[in-house]
Amino acid sequence: MTRFVLGRIGFSTLIAVLLAFFTLPLLWLASAPLTSDPTYKVSVPDFTWENFQTILEHPYALPSLYNSLVLSVGTALVVVLLAALAAYALSRVHLPGRDVLLYVLLLLSSIITGTAAMVPLFQLAVDLQLIDSQFGLILILSGGLLPAAIFMLKDFMDATPKSYEESARVFGATPLQIVRHVVVPLVRPGLATIAVWSVANVWGNFLMPFLLLRDVEKQPAAVIMYTLYTEGGQANLRLLSTFGLLYSVPVVVMYLIVSKKYGFRFHGGIKR
Amino acid sequence: MFLVFPALWVLYLGLTNYRLTGVAAADPQIVGVDNFLTALGNPRFWNSTWLTVEFVAGSAVIGQAVLGFAIAWMLRDRRGPLRRIVEGIVILAWILPSAVVAFLWVALLDPGDGTLNAVLGLTDFAWLLDHPMLSVIVFNIWRGTAFSMMLYAAALGNVPPSHLESARLAGASGWQQLRDVVFPHIRGHVLTNLLLISLWTFNDFSPFMLTAGGPDGKSEVLAVHVYNEAVRNGSLGYGAAISTIILLINLVVAVFYLRLLRSKR
Amino acid sequence: MGVRKRSLGFTAVLAASGLALAACGQSSGGGGDAIELTIAQNAIAGGKNAAAAEFIDKWLIPKFEEAQKAKGKNVTVKFVPSGVDDEQYKTKLSLDLKSGKGADVIDIDGIWAGEFAQAGYIKPLSELVGPEADSWDGWQQIPEAVQGMATYEGKKYALPVGTDGRVLYFNKPVFAKAGLPADWQPKSWQEVLDAGAKLKAAGVPVPIQINAGTAMGEATSMQGVLPLLAGAGGEVQKDGKWTGASQPLKDVLGLYQKIYGGGLGDPRLQQDAKGRDKSFQRFAEGEVGILMEGDYFWRGVVNPKDGIAKMDDRDQNVGYALIPAMEPGKGIRGQDFVSMSGGALRTVNPHSKHPKEAFELLAFTLSPEALKEEAKNGSVRVTPRTDVNKELLAGDPLLTFISEKVLPLTAYRPPVAVYPQVSVALQEATSAVVGGTTPDQAAADYQKKLEGIVGGAGNIAS
Repeated sequence: MTRFVLGRIGFSTLIAVLLAFFTLPLLWLASAPLTSDPTYKVSVPDFTWENFQTILEHPYALPSLYNSLVLSVGTALVVVLLAALAAYALSRVHLPGRDVLLYVLLLLSSIITGTAAMVPLFQLAVDLQLIDSQFGLILILSGGLLPAAIFMLKDFMDATPKSYEESARVFGATPLQIVRHVVVPLVRPGLATIAVWSVANVWGNFLMPFLLLRDVEKQPAAVIMYTLYTEGGQANLRLLSTFGLLYSVPVVVMYLIVSKKYGFRFHGGIKR
Repeated sequence: MFLVFPALWVLYLGLTNYRLTGVAAADPQIVGVDNFLTALGNPRFWNSTWLTVEFVAGSAVIGQAVLGFAIAWMLRDRRGPLRRIVEGIVILAWILPSAVVAFLWVALLDPGDGTLNAVLGLTDFAWLLDHPMLSVIVFNIWRGTAFSMMLYAAALGNVPPSHLESARLAGASGWQQLRDVVFPHIRGHVLTNLLLISLWTFNDFSPFMLTAGGPDGKSEVLAVHVYNEAVRNGSLGYGAAISTIILLINLVVAVFYLRLLRSKR
Repeated sequence: MGVRKRSLGFTAVLAASGLALAACGQSSGGGGDAIELTIAQNAIAGGKNAAAAEFIDKWLIPKFEEAQKAKGKNVTVKFVPSGVDDEQYKTKLSLDLKSGKGADVIDIDGIWAGEFAQAGYIKPLSELVGPEADSWDGWQQIPEAVQGMATYEGKKYALPVGTDGRVLYFNKPVFAKAGLPADWQPKSWQEVLDAGAKLKAAGVPVPIQINAGTAMGEATSMQGVLPLLAGAGGEVQKDGKWTGASQPLKDVLGLYQKIYGGGLGDPRLQQDAKGRDKSFQRFAEGEVGILMEGDYFWRGVVNPKDGIAKMDDRDQNVGYALIPAMEPGKGIRGQDFVSMSGGALRTVNPHSKHPKEAFELLAFTLSPEALKEEAKNGSVRVTPRTDVNKELLAGDPLLTFISEKVLPLTAYRPPVAVYPQVSVALQEATSAVVGGTTPDQAAADYQKKLEGIVGGAGNIAS
């Protein structure tokens, strides 16, 4: 009995410490935007709306959030669609050297999401006349995310039983129909996870949009965030904290919706 | 197309003396393995490599994977609000944009005004100066644990409860249950998890936003080293060469994981 | 060389795509001879350098279009804002210029002139625009030294947009507490150190803040090593030879040792990634006695209106003094006082399809009327033109001081491509000294690094 009580206490303490660890850094984001002259100190705010007012009047702030949305949702769609098809194919068709291919792609993807790839990607965009095009940027961003997405989804597909598909095939369904009506529903939480992962990745990406988009009216929030500094590079905390909050809200809302609607886990869909 | 081609281009750039500006921008020359030799003879590069190993081992392999697994394990039988809240907050740390997160941590660790010092009752303890690597490692654990947690939560869901039950009846301790029953079931997931988080952490650039690699290069992991060389210094060829080296290290690590976890089957 | 060939190919493609862009751009209507120009600066409304961005949008562009219309030309101008870190701005601009893109009129930092010219990213104005570039009437108003910033290998590549100067700021109330005069003007380094000792005795936490270390980046060079080096009679590069572990450099590092080893400065502040911001904040809070900075500090940091570390009583409480040479007469050119200056340049993109009109726009941005108008919304700064400065700076004591007392004795950085790397090596040397290395050792290490950067000992003055 005491062991059980001790266990409970230990468990609760652990959870409390964990929650504190993960919550502590977030406090600043809650307090600073509402403070009229914020520093790095977390303090009880004086509940001013002035900072929000300033951001609303900022010529690029709100449009940039819309741009972020376009870019990240676009990329997520491309990534989810292509990754699902590729992962399904790789999971079901036994090609020689398929795992090696996947690992090579994964390694290459790590190099092109790094800084050193900015020149090749820039030149590539120039070459294909994709400079200043959100569509082009979506393709380039997708390229970097796809291998990891395929990798994660393939695991997923491997875990789904093949029996459903076989019975569908017996009834004369085409492969695409099988994917749509049998596989997709089975792996839906996984697709949702990949989608959120892609969105979060693109949402925070600064370098590529900055380099590849010309028109400031097309720039996403990550880029605008970097402009809230002074001539000498000092941070304008008033605007930064407020914009940071507004900038974070959409991803959080999206996560909540997705997790409510589709579940948000890797394999939970199937109970064995 | 958007992947293989630019990646090969980076490998090629690594063999040139290409620079952002100056003569070498107008007319870059192939210099072969010169960049690699320079890197290998550069104490800064070795410093960065060592820090990166610390960073990956500390924050990804030990931090994220272990903490992620621990959370998943503790919450495995729970449903309801507690689980949702814990998972929600951990995931929040994962999906927030990195520019915002950087500010949160700067505010947290600030010596004068920082929340952490206020909580611990310390004054003027400069975390980012005195313990830059520790700060960066803890930061990355905070940032990335969600992925491991979700993966392991899913994996644990696949361990048949009946196996655990029979192990418990046979008198196996918690640790034995983990090792003998749970681990064999989730071996594949451990592999996927370690592979991905190591890879991501190797290429993670976010320490730059906390410390800019400083003080005096004490937190300059390789990804930050590449940025400092390629963007701040304009040595694109050299930066590309370092990227290639990172790629090779990643390759070795991946092969290592594969060997380690496959051979036991 | 493969890279080179490619980019030539791109140019052709680009010319075509540029045309397509122009066609689907603004409502150029039926006028077939409509000219579209773009002007880019590292400024953005609501963010970095917001005042400059607003000025271009609200005044400069309408006025210019109007003036062109009066001449019977249909010109539309579009502003391309940016507003990011200088390094990132430079990266993007370089990539743009390399592949034949970018706005028609562009801003660059003066110190990039050499590397951009070497890379072929910018071209001499007379080649690009024609003789009117050299006969521009503004040149007569621009001091020789400021013109030098825009000159590379004897050719003018750009027009200077402005300049600045460095001084020693001090906090008058803090000085009063330590028994120091409000009209302080040190004549040697020793006098600065003496003042620091008095401030320390009076309990000022950071008596002297002279930037050191790599975390502050170029701010360490411009507001630290270089003005001090000039004060010790040295230059990073002279007559094509670089200065290695010379006596002046050792003197400079020795001063760093005295400040940071002697408890007159805060070594930790120099390592902090946000150290410069914090030093400003602490100056405003009265915790820093003496601070070496450019006029940006006055305009943008402690400015009571919109500074990032506002001081409501700036005009009364912030003092400034010339940076003294090590000893009177020991500075470069035998000067008693020294300073360093930088500044921006504005030029025409070599790929511009309308270089003549682009130059007209460029010259218009530097006309007296435009410069005066730009200063109206509160962002007064030192312009390159002496005629404008006289009138414009009259209301601002510090800027007048800079323009009249500092600019005549200032020096500029060598506008060559390897300078940024040399600058980093200098920062590392100061960092080592602050960390406890002896000045001699740090200077020797610097010399070794320098040899690697500038291509051997042959390029270093012995």
